[in-house]
Amino acid sequence: MPAPLLSLRKMTKTYGQTVANSAIDLDVAAGSIHAILGENGAGKSTLMKLIYGVERPDEGEMHWNGEPVHLTSPAEARRLGIGMVFQHFSLFETLTVVENISLIVPGSKVDLAARIRALGQDFGLVVDPFAHVHALSVGERQRVEIIRCLLTEPRLLILDEPTSVLPPQAVGLLFETLRRLRDGGVSILFISHKLDEIRALCDRATILRGGRVTGDVDPRDHDSHDLARMMIGRDMPAPLHLAPMPKGEMRLELTALDHQPDDPFGVTLAGVSLRLHAGEILGIAGISGNGQAEMSRLISGETLLPASRRDEIRMMDKPVGHLGPAARRALGLAFVPEERLGRGAVPDMTLADNSLLTAHPLGLLKRGLIDRQAEARFTAACIADFDVRTSGPEAEAGSLSGGNLQKFIMGREISLNPRLLFVAQPTWGVDIGAATAIRHRLVKMRNAGVAVLVISEELEELFEICDRIQVLHKGSLSPSLDPRSTRPEEIGRWMIGSASVVA
Amino acid sequence: MIRLVRRDRASRRMAVAAPLLALFAAILSNLILFVAMGKDPGAVFYALLLEPFMTWSGFSEVLLKTAPLLLIAQGLAIGFRAKVFNIGAEGQFILGAIFASAIPVYFPQATGGWIWPAMLVMGAIGGALWAVVPAFWRVRLNANEILVTLMMSLIAVQLLNYLLLGPWKDPMGFNFPQSVMFQYDAMIPILFPGTRVNVSLLLAFLAALLAWIYMQRSFGCYQFLVGGLAPKAATYAGFSQSRAIWLSLLIGGFAAGLAGAAEVAGPIGQLQRSISTGYGYAAIIVAYLGGLHPLGIVASSFLMAALYIGGDNAMVSADLPVAAVRVFQGSLLVFYLAAITFVRFRLVRTGGAPA
Repeated sequence: MPAPLLSLRKMTKTYGQTVANSAIDLDVAAGSIHAILGENGAGKSTLMKLIYGVERPDEGEMHWNGEPVHLTSPAEARRLGIGMVFQHFSLFETLTVVENISLIVPGSKVDLAARIRALGQDFGLVVDPFAHVHALSVGERQRVEIIRCLLTEPRLLILDEPTSVLPPQAVGLLFETLRRLRDGGVSILFISHKLDEIRALCDRATILRGGRVTGDVDPRDHDSHDLARMMIGRDMPAPLHLAPMPKGEMRLELTALDHQPDDPFGVTLAGVSLRLHAGEILGIAGISGNGQAEMSRLISGETLLPASRRDEIRMMDKPVGHLGPAARRALGLAFVPEERLGRGAVPDMTLADNSLLTAHPLGLLKRGLIDRQAEARFTAACIADFDVRTSGPEAEAGSLSGGNLQKFIMGREISLNPRLLFVAQPTWGVDIGAATAIRHRLVKMRNAGVAVLVISEELEELFEICDRIQVLHKGSLSPSLDPRSTRPEEIGRWMIGSASVVA
Repeated sequence: MIRLVRRDRASRRMAVAAPLLALFAAILSNLILFVAMGKDPGAVFYALLLEPFMTWSGFSEVLLKTAPLLLIAQGLAIGFRAKVFNIGAEGQFILGAIFASAIPVYFPQATGGWIWPAMLVMGAIGGALWAVVPAFWRVRLNANEILVTLMMSLIAVQLLNYLLLGPWKDPMGFNFPQSVMFQYDAMIPILFPGTRVNVSLLLAFLAALLAWIYMQRSFGCYQFLVGGLAPKAATYAGFSQSRAIWLSLLIGGFAAGLAGAAEVAGPIGQLQRSISTGYGYAAIIVAYLGGLHPLGIVASSFLMAALYIGGDNAMVSADLPVAAVRVFQGSLLVFYLAAITFVRFRLVRTGGAPA
């Protein structure tokens, strides 16, 4: 066997008390698609940062083409031939594709445009070099990022969760591109926690759990069950069954809601209508950036409507369009926003003080003064009930991992005994075990007669827990779809606008 | 190479050490400055930092200056925690003095124990009213309160000048720009006989106590804090930002106005041009040096008062220019702002070959 393109031995990286990577071994063969599989917090991102020279290891060796290397910066990694496409794009929206690329890659714009077109031809990365980035779909933006990497002629391309931002149809196109790249001699490190994708695409998979390698396998030889067990250390959670519920009273009603956001880069909502009853879960599917943020601020009361339009949003059968968040919460709304730090929680405050944020009506105040004991009791109960991993109520919210903070915020909002529970991206960044627990909790709330509204990018999640699904695309909401009789592809078509063919 | 790394949680120890470090650095650097100016560092050091504490009369003057600084800084700190930056305490202080002076100016013959308390109330109202303008524009038009409060201070100075040169000028005062001397009942009772320290010191400590309770236990203060630390979280929870802005500025103006009233009804005894020696601005430094914490501010206001007295001493005995005291105050704040970085961050030595 020839020497692997990239070889890591005993790579270790610690942050304070946390061991992010512990003695990781990894061999990436030339011309292969190699998966790094693991839950959130398993150490995938840290490992990629080590490989790309963003961080330096505490211990361990890295070999490139058999030669030992010590990377000190991404620039050095790029010189070796390592390219990386991050999960969050770094493109300037107001510039064109070729202008964005020319910021990094030397050469005249005419030249670059020709090379961009040529690469597009060769690898199925079709994009107009003179289009402005803000006019591109997410899939197209990702292509621009990949092209930008390819123009530096890498030998190894790292893709960090590339499918998390794509609709189902675009995933297929991306995979086709990646296979062509591999056949052209580029190795690919593909980071993901989606088992099916890895089985469909990858030649080799290294599985991480808790910062250690727990498996190094050919994913085609293993079924999803095996891979999941290596990834989470136990069996996959069983799917949930939704017992039909009698139709309850109306808890949330949006009627032909139009909204022009103040933010010039915001999404305009047009004619958004939905009805949500007690005892059901309504899922809002769609790719982020199609109006989810605007819609959730309107429902939470963070954005207000003028009093003349207050009937466009009704909660518990009352017009609330003009009422602020506190008034809506008093009616029985609880809300978990997608931004946890700085919105759902104050990072510099303790968990106990973060309980106070929305749970203060639950007897945490005595005549306007904070009852510190009640505050600590509530917080401790929340931490215990929702399995929040933390040193205790006095830990600062900013010190928790994203998943643990999400569990805490979920716990706080559920503890409010809401009549209407609204959750945006319930399991973003949460590990599989906790995500399952959160979904179970949502279904339990539904069964107890709470109306639950869920905005999520994860289609599987919505199919698992929702009674009905509506799809948000460019500020418009699709009609209500029944997940039992709708195929994911159909939802996918709504996600990219049924008229267009390719994202 | 040395890098800053964020701590897992804010360091309490460092929060206490930061002002002390800043004080030390300020003393050291200023002594170097004084030496460069050709002054005797030993004499300056003695006059500036030791002399205020050597005699009871000197020390009582420190206490006298502590009162307004403590009062104003406590009021400002409440707003600063909510990130409402009232920089105009100086103007609110002057308005407090003007409002309080209205009673003895218009009723110079009045007698009775009600006069000085009424003056304090008037002063507090005057200071708060002066803060209404920036609060209104901030809430209405999102006009930056830093600029508006600062400009309001300049207006306050001109208003004071107008009154002293025009309608309120003492007719028997040889044309000096000052009001009549206040009658006995318009003066705040003295606390320690033989000194100028009056009851307003007790008021300042009472304000500190209230501020401490407010900060420890009040839900209102909690809402302010959320608004300052994470405005989006405040909106999310439904805490009113405009209420926080109004209250912050009104409390700040109220406290500064009270301090202004106590100054004219206390050591000065009349309305004149030089009623404030920059208390309103110095209190900003005091508030930050005290870590925006009510107890810390008690300590920092005392320190700042001592620097005022020490600065006066140094001008006389060590031949230091007036500006030197200001430089000292300013460098103290700058060093403090640098030092508090280490409350949330720590230094880590990086580099060398990886093992």
